[in-house]
Amino acid sequence: MSADQFVQYLVTGLYQGSIYALVALGFTIIYAVTKIINFAQGEFVMLGGMISFILLDSVGIPMYCSIPLSILISTAIGAFLYTLAIRPARRASVVSLIIITIGAAIFIRGIVGELWGVDNERPPYFTGQESIAFLGAYIHPQALWIIGTTILVTIMLYLFFSHTMVGKALKACAISPVAAGLVGINARTMALIAFALAAAVGAIGGVVTAPLTFTSYQAGLMLGLKGFVAASIGGFKSQVAAVIGGFTLGIVENLAVGVDWGPFTSSYKDAIGIIVLLLILLIRSGRLAAEESIS
Amino acid sequence: MIARAKSKWPYLVATPLLVFLILIPFDWFLGQYTSLMIFIGIHTMVTVGLCLLLGYTGQVSLGQAAFYGTGAYISAILSKTYGVDPWLAMAIAATATGAFAYVIGYPIFRLKGNYLAMATLGLGIIMYILFNQLGQFTGGPDGMSGIPYLSVGGFAFDTAFKRYFLVWFFCLAVLLVSQNIVRSRAGRALRAIHGSEAAAESIGVNVDQFKVKILVLSAVYASLAGSLFAHHMTHVSPSSFDFIASVKVVVMAVIGGLASVWGAIFGAASTRILSDELLLTFGEWDIVAYGAILMLVMIFLPQGLFVGLKNLFQQLRLRYQRRGAEA
Repeated sequence: MSADQFVQYLVTGLYQGSIYALVALGFTIIYAVTKIINFAQGEFVMLGGMISFILLDSVGIPMYCSIPLSILISTAIGAFLYTLAIRPARRASVVSLIIITIGAAIFIRGIVGELWGVDNERPPYFTGQESIAFLGAYIHPQALWIIGTTILVTIMLYLFFSHTMVGKALKACAISPVAAGLVGINARTMALIAFALAAAVGAIGGVVTAPLTFTSYQAGLMLGLKGFVAASIGGFKSQVAAVIGGFTLGIVENLAVGVDWGPFTSSYKDAIGIIVLLLILLIRSGRLAAEESIS
Repeated sequence: MIARAKSKWPYLVATPLLVFLILIPFDWFLGQYTSLMIFIGIHTMVTVGLCLLLGYTGQVSLGQAAFYGTGAYISAILSKTYGVDPWLAMAIAATATGAFAYVIGYPIFRLKGNYLAMATLGLGIIMYILFNQLGQFTGGPDGMSGIPYLSVGGFAFDTAFKRYFLVWFFCLAVLLVSQNIVRSRAGRALRAIHGSEAAAESIGVNVDQFKVKILVLSAVYASLAGSLFAHHMTHVSPSSFDFIASVKVVVMAVIGGLASVWGAIFGAASTRILSDELLLTFGEWDIVAYGAILMLVMIFLPQGLFVGLKNLFQQLRLRYQRRGAEA
């Protein structure tokens, strides 16, 4: 691997890691407030990409409308997911909630596949496709959009959680639901907001990445899994750690593929992410078990 | 849980059911459903394993298709590529899959709940990637065909009619073994683990060991089912062992009533009938239906559909009897 190639893999890893970071943010938002791992989190990324493509391609709405509209629709679906499937099962066990969110994931996936087909789709780039030279590597303009959006979303979320009333209420719920209830914060409303917010963050990720990475009705599974890897690096606690985790995973995957030896080829790329997950989980298993038994 | 061992009920239900099962594959009865019934039998075996793991022990696995696929591929590769006797291949597959489950069991059961679910899901996807990528052994995405049938002496199981009895022999054996386990000391230990691991440990249950043992058992069941699948279809390809295949097993277990051995037949049968007979022409609607079933059952009858309905029925009967006694 030459220095130029190294930078290229680094850059590719950075924009692919961005999407993992956005999925991971969604996981942490929901987990912090509700202690639920939403196994349908990857589906929101798929929904964002697919809906923006359908609105552009089939409905014929211009891009500056289709993008916010697709994020809005996905957010509404996130809110529906909570209202229709999670809230009725409030006292359910962890296992029940896993099965419910898995059910939601394949439900969404099946409907998208049925309505809009099972092919890979690619919405147009936001701006041009002339790659920009950078330290011997080439960056696609869309990759800059992806990385920029991720950083922007992370900053906005930080400001939201630290400077707005709703954000602080969410944070309070995450720290102590009982104490939050005592000062008049409605836990159900907060959970609803968390699901909608996580769906919106996922959909934003889907909208910006779909032009470069393609999307299809079954893209949600792997994105969800990779996002989970990124979030587990920070133990589902810290949003900053989730974002760093996402970037790290993207870079590790691409560098590993760059080695291009034995199992380190592009066909095993997804497996590398999963092995990273298993390693993290096993290394942290003692602490994770302790956290689980407290909650 | 309720002492009904002396009741005549099981025989009254079991005998006609057994006669019915034996008659199904005959052409003058329900012969056209022989192939469907074979799949139901195969899936019942996988589902029982998950029921023991998920329903009785409370441990999630979203990767049962990995064991199912490993069994199918080891059988296929040994018997076709290396000319090993299919029975021996099946035995080697079951042993190897069980050993694999044993090796991953101890580290993976250090995880619980959400993390265990994601780890098993990841494991399932890794195996799926391997089935696709190890092309020189597995035939890659196209899979491999020309897998020999099982045979005893000169008698080959070369028609669906013969294989029906073979598969259901294995399926009933697996169900009976599982029922015995559930009703034994081990079964009570499993339920204790489900209730509270700390409490189970305090009364002397080796929690980790029991979990691993059940994982190994479920893996062996799935492997046997996979081998039967390979020698039935004579063709295997990775698409039978993807993430959706693992979710299907969960759907079957959830419909069957998680902590119910015999419910597994009900779960496997209704799921297969739903996807093979009713939704065959509807493309992706079957996973939409699975998703809806998973959500609805877990929201309204978290103990599973079959057990949930059974409990409802028993409550109604009790209420009816009480009213009868008062009158």
